Amino acid sequence: MQDDLVIANRSFRSRLIAGTGKYSSSEIMRLAHDAAEVEMITVAVRRVDLGARGSGSLLDAIDPRLMILPNTAGCYTALDAIRTARLGRENGLSEWVKLEVIGDERTLFPDNEALLEATRVLVKEGFIVLPYTNDDPVVCRKLEDAGAAAVMPLGAPIGSGLGIQNRNNIVIIKEQASVPVIVDAGVGTASDAALAMELGVDGVLMNTGIAGAGDAVAMAEAMKLAVRAGRLAYRAGRIPRKRYASASSPLEGVIGG
Amino acid sequence: MKIRLNGEPHELAHPLTVTALLTELDLDPRRVAVERNLTVVRRSDYEATVIEEGDEIEVVNFVGGGARYRSLPKS
Repeated sequence: MQDDLVIANRSFRSRLIAGTGKYSSSEIMRLAHDAAEVEMITVAVRRVDLGARGSGSLLDAIDPRLMILPNTAGCYTALDAIRTARLGRENGLSEWVKLEVIGDERTLFPDNEALLEATRVLVKEGFIVLPYTNDDPVVCRKLEDAGAAAVMPLGAPIGSGLGIQNRNNIVIIKEQASVPVIVDAGVGTASDAALAMELGVDGVLMNTGIAGAGDAVAMAEAMKLAVRAGRLAYRAGRIPRKRYASASSPLEGVIGG
Repeated sequence: MKIRLNGEPHELAHPLTVTALLTELDLDPRRVAVERNLTVVRRSDYEATVIEEGDEIEVVNFVGGGARYRSLPKS
């Protein structure tokens, strides 16, 4: 039986989504995306550098079979995020947008007030909105009510590699959500990704965790396996946690007794 | 004729279409998106949209963030 990730009107076999930033070269990025077996990748929208000539376009470096998810990275106001989303749609000719409205430069935590406003506007304009937000169940519910196609609570600050900082909140968010929950930001190594999936979330999005690793291609493979392992473990039904031992072998028939 | 292009003042000899501007900037229209006075210009309207004095134009493309990308070498 297929266990696809379904967001809005599309289904994905892969529950791992990757970014395109911070790679040491476009070759490494391409190899890492292959190793991760992602089907969707995020890209940022930026002013063309009119002074630079001869540099290739990111679109030429990406595997053309991958779905491009424009993001509004770097936007600090609802208006900028809305404008960026509209430009991203025109550039990519896709209705999907990963919405980010940042509230703080150091932590890159979202400005949820502006995020909600931007979500409402963009949903009305027909976008399929995937908002990046905190591990705050109240905000996630509001985003879902505002029409978001998924919610993307962070595990920890972008690029921090700290893993899931608040497991309990992530579980609560998943329990109450009617749209897919994708942990976005903070994944540092394979076990972080596996843990996220074991908590029951629908997918994991990461950029720095792969791109910033010593061997990005190897880490991409590790993350792919971790997401799969975590998902299998979740669906398999783990044993309960117990304070004391629970012997695995029968108590009778031991020699010398 | 003065406009603002990507946040900087820019001089144009005369009004021209978005298509013509992109050509002048040596940009592939399929690789960029254009905003004129806070409104996205549809690609299908590039030929018909004329840039005028005082316009604020933003020309953007997709990037990975960080290093600029070179196309993969042809194999």
